[in-house]
Amino acid sequence: MIDRDQVLHVARLARLRLTDEEVERMTGELSTILDHIEKISELDLDDVAPTSHVVAMENVLRPDEPRPSLPREGALGQAPDTDGVGFRVPSPGA
Amino acid sequence: MGAAPVADALAERAYEPVIGLEIHVQLSTRTKMFCGCELSFGEQPNTRTCPVCLGLPGTLPVTNAEAVHFGLMIGMALGCEPAPRSIFHRKNYFYPDLPKGYQISQYDIPLARDGRLGDIRIHRVHLEEDAAKLVHAGASGRIHGAEASAVDFNRGGTPLVEIVTEPDVRSAAQAAEWLRLLRVTLRQLGVSDVNMEEGSLRCDANVSIRPAGEATLGTKTELKNMNSFRFLERGVNAEVARQEELLREGGAVTQETLHFDPRTGALSPLRSKEEAHDYRYFPEPDLVPIAPTEEMLERARSALPELPAQRAERLESDMGLVPDTARLLAFRSDLGDFFERAAAARVGDDSKAIANWIVGELVANIGDADPADTKLEPESLAALVGMVREGTVAGSAAKDVLTTLVAEGGDPAEIVEAENLGAAGGDELARVVDQAMADQADAVEKIRAGNDKATGAVMGAVMRATEGRADGAEVQRLIRERL
Amino acid sequence: MTGDLLDLTAAQAGQRVRAGELSASDLFEAWRERAATDSLNAYRWVADAPPPEIAAGAPLGGVPVAIKDLFCTEGVPSAAGSRILEGYLPPYTATAVEQLAQAGAPMLGKTNMDEFAMGSSNENSGFGPVMNPWDESRVPGGSSGGSAAAVAAGLAPWAIGTDTGGSIRQPAALCGIVGLKPTYGSISRYGMIAFASSLDQAGPLTRDVTDCALLFRHMVGRDPLDSTSTGLPEEVRLPDQERLDGLRFGVPPELTRGGVDPGVAAVFEQSLRHIEELGGTLEEVSLPHSDQGISAYYVIAPAEASANLARFDGVRYGLRAEAGDLASMYEDTREHGFGDEVKRRIMLGTYALSSGYYDAYYGRAQRVRTKIAEDFRSAFERVDLIVTPTSPTVAFGLGERTDDPLAMYLSDFCTVPMPLAGIPAISIPGGLSDELPVGIQLAGPAFSENRILEAAYALEQAIGFDGSGARG
Ligand SMILES: [Zn+2]
Repeated sequence: MIDRDQVLHVARLARLRLTDEEVERMTGELSTILDHIEKISELDLDDVAPTSHVVAMENVLRPDEPRPSLPREGALGQAPDTDGVGFRVPSPGA
Repeated sequence: MGAAPVADALAERAYEPVIGLEIHVQLSTRTKMFCGCELSFGEQPNTRTCPVCLGLPGTLPVTNAEAVHFGLMIGMALGCEPAPRSIFHRKNYFYPDLPKGYQISQYDIPLARDGRLGDIRIHRVHLEEDAAKLVHAGASGRIHGAEASAVDFNRGGTPLVEIVTEPDVRSAAQAAEWLRLLRVTLRQLGVSDVNMEEGSLRCDANVSIRPAGEATLGTKTELKNMNSFRFLERGVNAEVARQEELLREGGAVTQETLHFDPRTGALSPLRSKEEAHDYRYFPEPDLVPIAPTEEMLERARSALPELPAQRAERLESDMGLVPDTARLLAFRSDLGDFFERAAAARVGDDSKAIANWIVGELVANIGDADPADTKLEPESLAALVGMVREGTVAGSAAKDVLTTLVAEGGDPAEIVEAENLGAAGGDELARVVDQAMADQADAVEKIRAGNDKATGAVMGAVMRATEGRADGAEVQRLIRERL
Repeated sequence: MTGDLLDLTAAQAGQRVRAGELSASDLFEAWRERAATDSLNAYRWVADAPPPEIAAGAPLGGVPVAIKDLFCTEGVPSAAGSRILEGYLPPYTATAVEQLAQAGAPMLGKTNMDEFAMGSSNENSGFGPVMNPWDESRVPGGSSGGSAAAVAAGLAPWAIGTDTGGSIRQPAALCGIVGLKPTYGSISRYGMIAFASSLDQAGPLTRDVTDCALLFRHMVGRDPLDSTSTGLPEEVRLPDQERLDGLRFGVPPELTRGGVDPGVAAVFEQSLRHIEELGGTLEEVSLPHSDQGISAYYVIAPAEASANLARFDGVRYGLRAEAGDLASMYEDTREHGFGDEVKRRIMLGTYALSSGYYDAYYGRAQRVRTKIAEDFRSAFERVDLIVTPTSPTVAFGLGERTDDPLAMYLSDFCTVPMPLAGIPAISIPGGLSDELPVGIQLAGPAFSENRILEAAYALEQAIGFDGSGARG
């Protein structure tokens, strides 16, 4: 179960502005899905190690050797808004 | 005396600050933490970026081996135990200087933990990537009526080591002192520029206070942006005072992050976010664990130079230097190196004198410059100090010789000779003293009558006549002889 | 010539080029014309110029390949099926795509897909659904639906896709073609727009098993740009075995009984008979935690996705909603740019990682993952391969399941356990049910692709599936 307030909180964490209609729908859908997912809480998993990785590798490291950077036009090329030098964004404090 | 007794007791109650430090160190590798872009030193904005450090879709991080090596060196130098296996996590939050929407950082299993530097315990040492730089464009750069900023990703992805201490620091002065020790240690390791103004060494402090003698911890606040030793000291002092006043007035400290303004010295709460931080850490699936092999550990171990704290100890115990001088030479490795070369050039036991000349006259002469960059040779300094000991040159004249050596180099004995700076002595000095005593008959009478101060007049005359080349003690002896 | 070409597999066409009977540029041109006739919405972009010269003797012979839009391709639209990346032109090309081009398989086009690979029907594309060439009122499966439909319809000789919880195998099954999800790490993920990083794996979608092996051979390799890439320990062989003698096949009741449609079950049973006729043995093996597989998958994949999709913030590329302040810029951009399913998964994943819920969801899901990998390990001590239906149903109608996300998720139960364990699995056509293709899935231990391809080839010969019905 997840309630409306939790949905709004999670949406804020994820920077999603949900419409009222979406909040309603999401609350119902997520609750249904979470109820199903909660099946995993029925298992006794106390002594089981978590798997975050299926590859058994360690120490995959890169030598400290430079590779060419992008020209600035390349870096800024796909940006929605630039001043020709940097990526423009509304000021965080504004 | 109208105040209530309770308030009096509170007012008199002594508080003890409890301070922990979090230090971010930019590593001086050639390339960034997870991509091959070279590190930026004031290049034009956004010229040191690539698909990886711009967080373009589809790109993946690959860890820089040298950053891991530096991290292990730092861990070892701080007496930590390297973790047999450490992993990276994603720390999730949105900010324009964070291209992926998460920072790759180590979390519950850091690279190294549980060490000590000086009298402060180290909690952990971990690797992470730096954020980019947000440049406020000012009034001209407005977007839709609001202030605009511009993001420069050159710095984004620079390798960082974060060092977290245990809350062992008890005063602002101790914090600054310890940070100096850390800085000189890191500099000696050669892993960072450790420049606080330029941000390659950054310090945050967690500050709380508690009634002296109690073991419980008070609510802490986090102080950010104290980018010099002086600011660190001022910031912590200001915060301790603020917390004391709060408690004395019966208030409570609230947990918050405070920003130190170096211009005003004021602490202001960082704009509180709409919601509490929830970084949603989880293991970074794009990277595999770091499990230092014996080879990696050995490479880090053998790269460790003698560290300043160890050197200070050695200079004290083996060379007999006083603690302050030993620390000064150890903490400025350029001075320490120069000292050890000069001391080695001498057979006699001039070490202490050479040390004093370096921390005194030489530093007064060259300031922060590296003595190895001047014309002065360590052997010349040793020779000069030897001449002073032997009395062939007077102390005051030797200072002039040092100035010449620093500026022009050369052999101290030849300079003394050429400039006629040799100590006046023998028949010459005896004649000068005779003449001075004859000229200052009144003074001589006073001396005979028991007025020692009158010696000064005779001494002055001798010094004037020898242009300061006379050794004061010798002149005293000659005067007494003639009374 | 087009008619001719349609009857050739990619391997056969490549052979003709290498034999000098066909020019690579004519071949490319013919396929380009064919791709341009797409009426299934399978393509998002089709090459508009001939490819650079194909090196003589290039092992793939210049046979062009359709690329799922999830792969970044330099200067060519790469939107991952999302409006938030509409018009985005990457400055670099994915390693797998680059490798194929080097081997002589130039890019033919970019194929439609569920937005950010989240979906099993292709109805979650930001650019409209893809239609199934067997029945245009039905879905092609997802998320690599465009690639699967293009190959099935003869709009591409072969294609590549990606599989996170079934996104290659399920659309291959629903479109009547072959799809391989390789061992995690065998193909570089560099340049594949990430959905769930610990699960995502690229793979081929082809008309037959031989094409699959050939294309796969040139996709594998350790990539210094992907820390989790391993390559394959042995070279990929082109299969030629026609028997299954001595091979033990495990049939897990958990993935073959409840929820499988009778028509699918019948085709599956028939495949089991083929296995026995070819000399293979059948044995029941249990995968006791596969029930929890869906739950674990729908925690882990959305959690990783919630972080992977955080970079779509309107700052450096893609859509930006113009708004006064920074918070609104973020929220409006993401609200307008992401579709419903993507938002749902971001919400689910953010919730599962959030303070107070991590242990109950993400932490437990990772432990279930361990149990699922253990299930497979002990099964593979007794059998060489596991055989199941790929999808419990044939292609369903467009719009039929869009109102019930949970039902859509649950239909992935046959394909989700393998990526959780990182092991390879292939789907090959087993026959038709109600005139629609049914997929048979063969899974093996990590790096057992050669064994899987050999077995799939033998089975394919015995089944003798005819896919020409979809190539109009
Ligand atoms: Zn870079």
